[in-house]
Amino acid sequence: MLQRNDEQARATAEAIARRSYGKLVAFLSARTRNVAAAEDALSEAFAAALTDWPVNGIPTSPEAWLMTTARRRTIDAARRQRRHDDAGDDLATLADELQTLEAMASDKAVPDDRLALMFVCAHPAIDPAVRAPLILQTILGFDAATVASAFLVAPATMSQRLVRAKSKIRQAGIPFRVPERADLGERLDAVLEAIYAAFAEGWSDPVGTEVRRRNLAEEGIWLGRLMASLLPEEPEALGLLALMLFAEARRSARRDADGHYVPLADQDTALWDAALIEDAERLLFRASDKGVIGRYQLEAAIQSAHVVRRIHGRSDWPAIVRLYDALAAITGSPVVAINRAIAVAETDGAAAGLAALEALAADPRLKEYQPYWAARANLLGLSGHSEAADRAYERAIGLESDPAVRQFLQNRRAALGAPSSR
Amino acid sequence: MQYLLLIYGNEAGMLSATKDAASQMMAAYAAYTEAMTKAGVYVGGNRLRPTSSATTVRVADDKTKVLNGPYAETKEQLGGYYMIDVPDLDAALSWAARCPGASFGSIEVRPIWTM
Repeated sequence: MLQRNDEQARATAEAIARRSYGKLVAFLSARTRNVAAAEDALSEAFAAALTDWPVNGIPTSPEAWLMTTARRRTIDAARRQRRHDDAGDDLATLADELQTLEAMASDKAVPDDRLALMFVCAHPAIDPAVRAPLILQTILGFDAATVASAFLVAPATMSQRLVRAKSKIRQAGIPFRVPERADLGERLDAVLEAIYAAFAEGWSDPVGTEVRRRNLAEEGIWLGRLMASLLPEEPEALGLLALMLFAEARRSARRDADGHYVPLADQDTALWDAALIEDAERLLFRASDKGVIGRYQLEAAIQSAHVVRRIHGRSDWPAIVRLYDALAAITGSPVVAINRAIAVAETDGAAAGLAALEALAADPRLKEYQPYWAARANLLGLSGHSEAADRAYERAIGLESDPAVRQFLQNRRAALGAPSSR
Repeated sequence: MQYLLLIYGNEAGMLSATKDAASQMMAAYAAYTEAMTKAGVYVGGNRLRPTSSATTVRVADDKTKVLNGPYAETKEQLGGYYMIDVPDLDAALSWAARCPGASFGSIEVRPIWTM
């Protein structure tokens, strides 16, 4: 019997950890701005639950139970530290709050401060490189080692960065608050960018061989869904989620059965996930209905113009060129310009695409950017400049870290001059 | 929370400004200080004399070393400061952005470490 209670308690605790971790951290740190202390207290509360619940039964509101327990631990810790820290103010705040929490224990409504916590993690005062890791840790409860391996950083380095960011939040007094209208746009961009960075880290492992990185794409989508549900009127939050879903829908089509890289143009559309695409289309429609265009909506719209190939057999290239034009106007990014040139090659021929690429050649940022060289090589090859194409492929191959993509480029290079379909 | 706003700018440029430009700047600072006082956030603040008036002291091996000049030669120099009391960093940053010096140099915002 006891055995069974143990299992049940553990299962309940795990379910809450998955569903509510971020909510609990957000609430526990919102007043004190002390994220690290909130995390510590919460992990103690989870440990306490595993001993208490099997004996005394699972409380009516497990979330509230965890919160009250965690808050008591924070107060105890603050008392212990009082002498060598400025915990005096905190203590009064916390004691006040404990009463509120205890009153709330019977009530199931737990306030959701996760949005405020997201804005804290992506605050302009926080190093941009640590924003996505910080969100993964505080909202989703990833430990530093997991975050480190997902971002290919040494665990000690990542852990140090996270610790530093958390003390910055506390010491600099970053407020737990959703920014005012006037600042919301810019600040929201930073949050969305951090979420997209997490997604992109997972996305760069196409076959999902590395479980942790694959999870990161899923977690990015989870965070995107959270943002879309917390800010349902923000078109860019909807746009980002749509973009991630479009990309995720094509995951399994990016490699063939033998693990070879398959470029978008050659992907088998039957392998695309139709349900995800429909989700994405719906979101994009809802976003465009708000009448405010932005980077993520445009990128999602480009994806949408690609996936019409499912129905029409061909991407809507003229629309893609127009969308890249709009995107280039917003971002001024050379990466966008490369993609635009590729689209121009589809509508106006390889020579026109090549001319558009030539216009970028002076940008020093592209010297070591694989997609630039790959695009150049392909268009040169199509225009019959085999020698120049060969040199461009050589550059692209040297810059690519993914062996499957490298193999693909090598095959393309070898096919230069030989009569081929493309 | 209390924050120190450290005002950095090109000192040489400031010193060689025309009389008109200088008095305009003074008026802007006066209005800014007035706004801080009215909002109840002003704790203190001052302008500093140029870095040419600075003297730096360091004690090594029980010996006091006195050096002519500022702690570090930098492109922008510390020219003044404000101490403000506001609820959080965002409030401090928005006051920093309103500082006349922010348009010419940069304002470093540092939380006060309460002892």
